[in-house]
Amino acid sequence: MYEGVVQDLIDELGRLPGVGPKSAQRIAFHLLAADPGDVHRLAQVLTVVKEKVRFCKTCGNVAEDEECRICRDPRRDRSVICVVEESKDVVAIEKTREFRGRYHVLGGAISPIEGIGPDDLRVRELMTRLADGEVTELILATDPNLEGEATATYLARLVKPMDLRVTRLASGLPVGGDLEYADEVTLGRAFEGRRLLDV
Amino acid sequence: MGLYRDEGVVLRTQKLGEADRIITLLTRSHGRVRAVGKGVRRTRSKFGARLEPFTHVDLQIYEGRSLDVVQQAETVSSYGDRVVGDYGRYTSGTAMLETAERLTAEEKEPANQQFLLLVGGLRTLAGGEHPPGLVLDAFLLRSLAVAGYAASFYDCARCTRPGPHPFFHIAAGGSMCGSCRPSGSATPARETLDLLAALLSGDWLTADASDLRHRREGSGLVAAYLQWHLERGLRSLPMVERT
Ligand SMILES: [Zn+2]
Repeated sequence: MYEGVVQDLIDELGRLPGVGPKSAQRIAFHLLAADPGDVHRLAQVLTVVKEKVRFCKTCGNVAEDEECRICRDPRRDRSVICVVEESKDVVAIEKTREFRGRYHVLGGAISPIEGIGPDDLRVRELMTRLADGEVTELILATDPNLEGEATATYLARLVKPMDLRVTRLASGLPVGGDLEYADEVTLGRAFEGRRLLDV
Repeated sequence: MGLYRDEGVVLRTQKLGEADRIITLLTRSHGRVRAVGKGVRRTRSKFGARLEPFTHVDLQIYEGRSLDVVQQAETVSSYGDRVVGDYGRYTSGTAMLETAERLTAEEKEPANQQFLLLVGGLRTLAGGEHPPGLVLDAFLLRSLAVAGYAASFYDCARCTRPGPHPFFHIAAGGSMCGSCRPSGSATPARETLDLLAALLSGDWLTADASDLRHRREGSGLVAAYLQWHLERGLRSLPMVERT
């Protein structure tokens, strides 16, 4: 244990995701030794981010205004919505430059064992967006793990009466790997999602 | 410290650090085990989907100082894909995993019967031949019986006088005759108690033929019985979708 405020800093850092007590200590001492200007800038950004950044009232993505940049962009295709778990998934998909529609950020995945059900996610908001009939395709891009798949199953069933094209991102073999190392589930999915090779 | 080999069912995973997960397993010989799956969250992890819940795996584990570490995992059976495509199965299955975790309170205390029960239950659930809600209730009643809390649905749980009896009391252990019944005993339908007895003994013919209303009353009694023995309720049980 350290004296007062140093220990407070270690405790606060230790509450961040992925930061254990050892790392918290290392970061704390790094900050103590760092240039005061650097630390001041970090503190400032932390304060500003909490004041300024909100969640887009339409899609739930992080935004600096009422609506995020993507929802405000008139060039984005309003007939397609891509459903993701977190804002960081939006960033990952945007990097591919493959998708020109808009997003819907659920804020997580259905995980009954953690006590998270559909009512704890932004599912109702999604249904509201789909109600006016402007959207014709829904892409379910939740994580390719158990909770993500279950969430996709739930949503697909929920929107079934709405006459939408519902698609799920293909999951299959990681590019750059060897086939023999793939597990049975991944390999099975890759078979299911095989595509025509038109040469 | 050292290496050990065992087979187990993945019950739960929790994020750890940047790309790791803590994997909770119910194993055949070591009971409930918590071990780190290094790098499993990376899309190019060598484990792939092998350390996802509902997977029955053959494992090699390194016994670490604080947490064990999964070194190798080979799939024995993967139930996840068949469970996750049906929301009723997924929610029932999750409640089974949580029950298995809660009923094995001590880590590394052998729980062979619970393990076998879970593997059997998941196989039935994934097979899709019986309604998921019934598979879950059968599993809950049998798990509680293995844990030493077998409920009685025919004989009086107190004086063992042969039934059927009209009264039922959770805390007293099930069916109650007219002279043993505590105040506040419930009077469930005869068919409901028959259904629960059938689920406990594995009589699927009777169970599958049951009415929706008796299934509903039955799952209410099972949930209350489970809650009574677990102190703290299951998180996943209220989210089970029953049709
Ligand atoms: Zn937006």
